[in-house]
Amino acid sequence: MGTLTEEIFSRRLGRHVAAGDTVVADVDCALAHDVTGPLAIEAFRQLDSPVWDASRVVFTFDHVMPANTVAAAELHRTIREFCAEHGVTNVFAEGICHQVLVEKGFAQPGGIIVGADSHSTTYGALGCFATGLGSTDIGVVFATGRTWFRVPETIRVEVNGEPRIGVYAKDVALHVIRRLGADGADYCAVEWAGDTVAAMGMDERLTLCNLSVDFGAKAGLIEPDGVTRAYAGDTVGDVHPRDADYAITLAVDAASIRPQVSVHPAIDNVRNIDDVAGTPLDEVFIGSCTNGRLSDLALAASLLFGRQVDPRTRTVIVPSSRKVYLDALEAGYIETFVRAGALVLNPGCGPCLGRQHGVVASGENVLSTSNRNYPGRMGSPDARIFLASPAVAAASALCGAITDPARVV
Amino acid sequence: MARVYKLGDGVSTDTIMPGRYNVTTDRDALRRGCLIEARPAFVETVRPGDVIVAGRNFGCGSSREHAPLAIKQNGIAAVIAASFARIFYRNAVNIGLPVIRCEELADAVDDGDAVVVDTRSGVIEARGQMFRGEPPSGVALQIMEAGSLLDLIKSRGWKSLEESHVS
Repeated sequence: MGTLTEEIFSRRLGRHVAAGDTVVADVDCALAHDVTGPLAIEAFRQLDSPVWDASRVVFTFDHVMPANTVAAAELHRTIREFCAEHGVTNVFAEGICHQVLVEKGFAQPGGIIVGADSHSTTYGALGCFATGLGSTDIGVVFATGRTWFRVPETIRVEVNGEPRIGVYAKDVALHVIRRLGADGADYCAVEWAGDTVAAMGMDERLTLCNLSVDFGAKAGLIEPDGVTRAYAGDTVGDVHPRDADYAITLAVDAASIRPQVSVHPAIDNVRNIDDVAGTPLDEVFIGSCTNGRLSDLALAASLLFGRQVDPRTRTVIVPSSRKVYLDALEAGYIETFVRAGALVLNPGCGPCLGRQHGVVASGENVLSTSNRNYPGRMGSPDARIFLASPAVAAASALCGAITDPARVV
Repeated sequence: MARVYKLGDGVSTDTIMPGRYNVTTDRDALRRGCLIEARPAFVETVRPGDVIVAGRNFGCGSSREHAPLAIKQNGIAAVIAASFARIFYRNAVNIGLPVIRCEELADAVDDGDAVVVDTRSGVIEARGQMFRGEPPSGVALQIMEAGSLLDLIKSRGWKSLEESHVS
């Protein structure tokens, strides 16, 4: 018996484990990307060991892809050389790690995944325990296939009710962050549950689990169901919470949530859209591991179709993976974006981290569908970053200012 | 005597080591990028043995180990915060950067104050007062005692952790 997290660890360890226990556990998959990977490789090399299982190691080029400086190109070369030397063939330059890893089937219900990126919590949408670690931890996993965990307590977030038009998973997550605070789930796992979550497709579930780390959670998880099986295949294993003790159970009435906007400089500085509507925008970014998936692009395209973005607002759209890009092409979304005057970039992290295209200047306002608005995140520390759903982002791009999507539909 | 560099609540890894400066593994480049926008004078004025004192949720955000590495490269003897974000804390321990939880210290000291810090016991002396901070315990303590995670794994593998902590 236990929470989803306790069930997963108990099964892995072959004995009952509970929150608070410290365990050393085998992992199913370890990920690193072009910025955290080279430090992980450095740590791994110090152990003078072969790779534990090359088929379970995944590298992505996404944070600075294609390389925009010699320094970035050198990091990419370090990874390519490592993978060639150790027979690692899961090397992908086709989008954001968190989307690609899920698309390639590495995330399975009941599994344990670690990644050298904080948003590795994303995979929990498929009912696995997935968490972000630093490069040294991941380097040790490359050599040993294992790491230590303190099995976390769980906060259960029960979301029920029909969301209003213009309210999505992003708004639900920002609403929860507003209530719990930026460190409200520190050292805890978060189980997302309730009718509203059950009705969400995989894209929206990935958004919820992605944002779990942004209020401190070690993992975000959703109990596998029909949606999970439809996405990951009927043959996948099952795992469920049973008679679990939760640290906190938070009830959320989805019907009462307005579109939410997180206002610079902190993720938990969340307002209803009415409080910030009209704020002029210099840039809008639609993409990222939070909201760059096909349903996000479909939503943006439905608002941008046949319209023009405001010429004062640079609008940058980045599909989260090559698959998403191709699907969006086929559906006509990419043409809609280009005709609307948006700039469509290659799959990857895009402007989210201010390392490559879409960097913002001092004094500018940017609205992003990503997950972080710390000072300096997207460029100048004197730029103001607003976080919201793709619907708010697209409506705002059309008006050149923060706009309730209900006003555009 | 250590001198205090005081920071506020919610200091993110983007503030400690902005994403635009960490596209490298070069330790001196990381040292120079530490707090480059929030406290541009930091790398010029910091002396080995100084400490960072901060409020809640220190090191929140990205998993980038470049952040604690940058702090360590500047010779900071300890980071003392009311609370730490999980990944930063684990990363700091893994590379042997002492971290101490202390609720009250940030409100009690100012930038430039002289303090005495015992990283083993967590006891901090500041402004004639004693503060009882909480140093790493359990697995984190074992890693700190070994020097770093790599030192621990090189000498003992996972065995010692399994034997001593697995319930």
